[in-house]
Amino acid sequence: MKLKKSHFALMVIAGAAAGVILGVNPVSAAASKGEELAFSRAKGNCLTCHEIKGGDAPGNVAPPLSDMKARFPDRKELIAIISDETKRNPQTVMPPFKRNLLLNDQEIEAIVDFLYTR
Amino acid sequence: MLRKTLIAVAIVVGAATPLLAANDVNPQADAKAFKEYFTKRFPKVPLKDFVNGPYSMDEGLRKQWEAIDQFPPYDFAVDKGKQMFATPFKNGKTFADCFPNKGIGIRQNYPYFDTKSGQVISLEYAVNQCLKDNGEKPFDYTKDDMAAVTAYMAFTSRGKPFDIKIPNDPRALAAYQRGKEYFYTRRGQLNFSCASCHVQSPGHRIRTEVLAPAYGITAALPIYRSAWNGMGTTTRRFRTCNSQVRGMPLPGGDEDYRDVEYFLSYVSNGLPISGPGTRP
Ligand code: HEC
Ligand code: HEC
Repeated sequence: MKLKKSHFALMVIAGAAAGVILGVNPVSAAASKGEELAFSRAKGNCLTCHEIKGGDAPGNVAPPLSDMKARFPDRKELIAIISDETKRNPQTVMPPFKRNLLLNDQEIEAIVDFLYTR
Repeated sequence: MLRKTLIAVAIVVGAATPLLAANDVNPQADAKAFKEYFTKRFPKVPLKDFVNGPYSMDEGLRKQWEAIDQFPPYDFAVDKGKQMFATPFKNGKTFADCFPNKGIGIRQNYPYFDTKSGQVISLEYAVNQCLKDNGEKPFDYTKDDMAAVTAYMAFTSRGKPFDIKIPNDPRALAAYQRGKEYFYTRRGQLNFSCASCHVQSPGHRIRTEVLAPAYGITAALPIYRSAWNGMGTTTRRFRTCNSQVRGMPLPGGDEDYRDVEYFLSYVSNGLPISGPGTRP
């Protein structure tokens, strides 16, 4: 009990500190991991095709990813699109990120957290 | 906008699918469908401009290109190729001895189907065949000497319309069909076919690169490409496209590459040779 409390306090402090250092709100720690994954050329590389606010040199093969919470209130739908968009649209050029082992479940969850900030 | 594109693509793919399944391969119908698809999708692009790849799709890029092309960066390769044509092999023969019309003004006839050996011969393959037949070492397929010789040959053929023939030989049709299948098959960890980029998405940007249309896509090769800081051949371009989708690039001279070039050049029949090209 005692341990848990101090543990919790520590996390709050660490979170706040990280927030100060990185200049982000600590609430969005998962989202910022998602941002890194989405923008990284080695991982999501979403900017190859999508414009996303905050990302450099986007392509325009695909629609801009904006206003995501309003347009995709169902989290499961976003997860499905990123996991394997060919299920929804067999002709799509969007890579099946989960099926082809480009991103795992946790990484996709983090990217969705990030998308909900755009 | 996106919907419309998808429907158009579905039509092209749909039209192609029965041909893929059945034995009655119909290259003529393919060529007609290809031309129709691209001219309908890009009604403002003059027919002969499709051979200028990304420049046919993007006004801003085109302006930059016109400025650069005052002093074309492929000039040195054309000069070097000319020199190489004039320099005899150790046995006294030259490149001119290996080709019809001494190798001048013939780029538009490549690749061709060779009924003797039963396979597609691309220009690059023919150059290396010539070297081997004369006891010389074949060139690396991707750049340098190969790019220089083919740049010179393309330069002397500028403006001549692609005239690819499919002889009445079941093996020729089979090679064409293999090339077509290679073009439409998805591959690599990113799951792209050549068509995903060059049929579905021409004119769109992936990152900052404007995608060329598949119609006439082999006409400008070889190219000087800033991103390579030098010249690259057809083989180099295909290998780069394979790598981009984290797929397996094929070795130079590979039959799949020759077949896909045969397919792409056949469906571009009538469009003029524009090579060597300059690309961002
Ligand atoms: C190579 C191109 C490409 C890449 C890379 C790509 N996408 Fe897409 N994406 C598309 C296309 C094209 C569509 C349009 C729908 C379709 O084709 O089915 C799309 C649609 C979407 C949609 C639905 C958008 C809407 O408004 O309907 C979401 C969400 C999405 N992508 C997320 C992502 C994320 C996240 C990544 C990176 C992890 C990513 N995409 C990477 C091509 C791409
Ligand atoms: C992920 C997208 C992508 C895929 C898939 C792809 N390419 Fe490309 N290709 C490009 C880009 C980008 C360029 C450079 C810009 C341009 O000219 O289109 C290019 C250029 C080319 C060019 C040179 C065009 C010119 O006029 O300079 C040829 C030829 C070509 N690709 C053939 C192919 C073939 C054949 C395949 C399949 C083996 C293929 N591409 C698959 C992205 C792709």
